[in-house]
Amino acid sequence: MSTGTTKLDVVVSDVVPVNDLVTRFHFRRRDGQLLPTFSGGAHVVVEMRDGERTRLNPYSLMGSPLDTREYTISVRRDDVGRGGSLFMHNQVRPGLEMVVSYPVNLFSLDLRAKKHLMLAGGIGITPFMAQTTQLAAEGGNFELHYTCRTASLGTYADVLRERYDRRVRLYHDDLGERIELDRLLSSQPLGTHLYVCGPAGMIGWVRDRAAALGWPSETVHFEHFAAPQPGAPFDVTLAISGKTIRVGEQQSLLEAIEAAGVDPPYLCRGGVCGQCETNVISADGKFIHNDHWLTEEEHRSGKKIMPCVSRFEGRSLVLER
Amino acid sequence: MGITFRKETFRDDFTFKNSPEHIRRFPFPFHEDAYMYAVNIEPHVVGPKGSVLENLIDVDEHYVAEMQDRALVLAEDPLRCQSLPHMTLAGWDLLELLMEQQALGYPEHFTLTRDGDRWRWINRPLGIDDTFTFGDTSTLPYGPMEYITRQSQGDFCILDQRDGNLWMDAGMVTTQADWSLDFDIGMNFFEWHAPVPLAHEKGIFTRALKFLTNIQQGKPARRLNWTMTINPRLDTSPENYHKWGPDRATVTPENVGDKVHLRVELQSFWRLPRSNGIVFPIRCYLIKMDELVTQPKWARRLHRVIRDLPDELANYKGLTRFRPTLVEWLSKLDDGSATSPGFGPD
Ligand code: FES
Repeated sequence: MSTGTTKLDVVVSDVVPVNDLVTRFHFRRRDGQLLPTFSGGAHVVVEMRDGERTRLNPYSLMGSPLDTREYTISVRRDDVGRGGSLFMHNQVRPGLEMVVSYPVNLFSLDLRAKKHLMLAGGIGITPFMAQTTQLAAEGGNFELHYTCRTASLGTYADVLRERYDRRVRLYHDDLGERIELDRLLSSQPLGTHLYVCGPAGMIGWVRDRAAALGWPSETVHFEHFAAPQPGAPFDVTLAISGKTIRVGEQQSLLEAIEAAGVDPPYLCRGGVCGQCETNVISADGKFIHNDHWLTEEEHRSGKKIMPCVSRFEGRSLVLER
Repeated sequence: MGITFRKETFRDDFTFKNSPEHIRRFPFPFHEDAYMYAVNIEPHVVGPKGSVLENLIDVDEHYVAEMQDRALVLAEDPLRCQSLPHMTLAGWDLLELLMEQQALGYPEHFTLTRDGDRWRWINRPLGIDDTFTFGDTSTLPYGPMEYITRQSQGDFCILDQRDGNLWMDAGMVTTQADWSLDFDIGMNFFEWHAPVPLAHEKGIFTRALKFLTNIQQGKPARRLNWTMTINPRLDTSPENYHKWGPDRATVTPENVGDKVHLRVELQSFWRLPRSNGIVFPIRCYLIKMDELVTQPKWARRLHRVIRDLPDELANYKGLTRFRPTLVEWLSKLDDGSATSPGFGPD
């Protein structure tokens, strides 16, 4: 059976600039009904009809899970990315009809936790907006540490401070402020779960330190905002569907497979959920694995690839699809 | 119109029966003349009118009697219903799902009215009319999971998803085929499946787990499972083995048709929206051999399936003791002609 997501017909109900880089988008259901309930940390995949192309980008839901009259996402403009965020910023206006997926949660709260310690970097704040709302409503115990480049780029920092006061700590890079991670991690009560969302470097740092300080891996949760990276074009043969396709510079392998009319499964489009995993039948060249799903060993073996984020450089590549 | 609910028992005098319409809607699980264990999962979408899939949560003529039987089981053994503390939110998710689906499918029997958090639930067959605050456990007579599953046919396992695995952290289990919630609670997917023979080698569970952890909101899935039960007992739990185990030695050529029941479980899998858990309703359907063989196609096919079942599977399903008697009895109804493809009767 197809594992693509169920779709929702929505209309853009508001577009709100938040700061120099970030814009917030509000969606309502076209038929006026309530949107499906979701849990803090969930994302939706937004479909963007950009001329001939359909772009599919995942964005965290940042509104309250207790109020599903609308969904809200925040999009950080990336001037050198593949164009999805620029499309959102430049083309999407109130009244536009769009399609989004049902919510999917790959960054779920562990409801057994006695305390939730949250670490956000930059736009990585968005899933915590919904999670803190959910926890606050239930009287849950949380603490949020949020690093941003400057005060003016501290997206929703003011909102969070106002809502949660001292439970939120801010760190500004331009003032040389930095999370005292080791001290923070060593001083938590037993039963604390750690959540981190932000740039890959930050996630790596937090996971490494947590492991070094003896945090069991099942108490450390993270979400990457890994968009597919552009790269040199390459050709792929799809054995089952019998097609040979070209993956463009700004296109992901998954997008190229979809454009060829094959309907492969996906959930995150960011190399973390495992859903798009595909067997390599033969390859002559070098893989650029950007995913966080396969093990190092699997990367080295060259027998599997995650088409949503990974690329290839070389003479020939045949995949089972 | 509505359903006419039967007055019947699943214990002592065993007055359980299927009406003729219910015999025809029975979810016969064999689509060919042989059975092999497989991950036969498909999307849980609405099926033909008059089938058990007409609604995603099925309510049938046994509803009231099953709920009375559940109350008896719980009175004797409250541990059949358990929920670890972090699963309360998932219980509310389940309450919403079951109220919505039952009200949608059977408006003449169930009504749900919401005014923000103030909900009113009317269950006419059981004479319930309650108003409560969604999310506030103190406004219901039981926890949300127990409240709604005392009013819903089938067993319910609620699974927490974490660390890429599923954990059986809550459930209402009173109509099970020989397993125990009290034993499995807190276990993960591999732990609670450990006793199934033949399946591990085939990597079936690894694939099934991967599928289940990717179940998405708005896209439930389902599968059928089956076994056989002597007498129409809903509660064949390990705790009560002393009651139902000896039944298996009571099958004679004279009473096969009345005593031996095919037991089919329609299992469905749903992602819960607030808790991100998964609920796994296991709906049990029973039919005695005398009723089943009123459909000649089913009689012929069941004969071949049971006759050719590998021994270890027959053993696992607990059929060994009465299999020869059953096969002999069914063989008289098998004229050797071909059976048509598909599950339905001819
Ligand atoms: S879609 Fe999730 S890993 Fe590729």
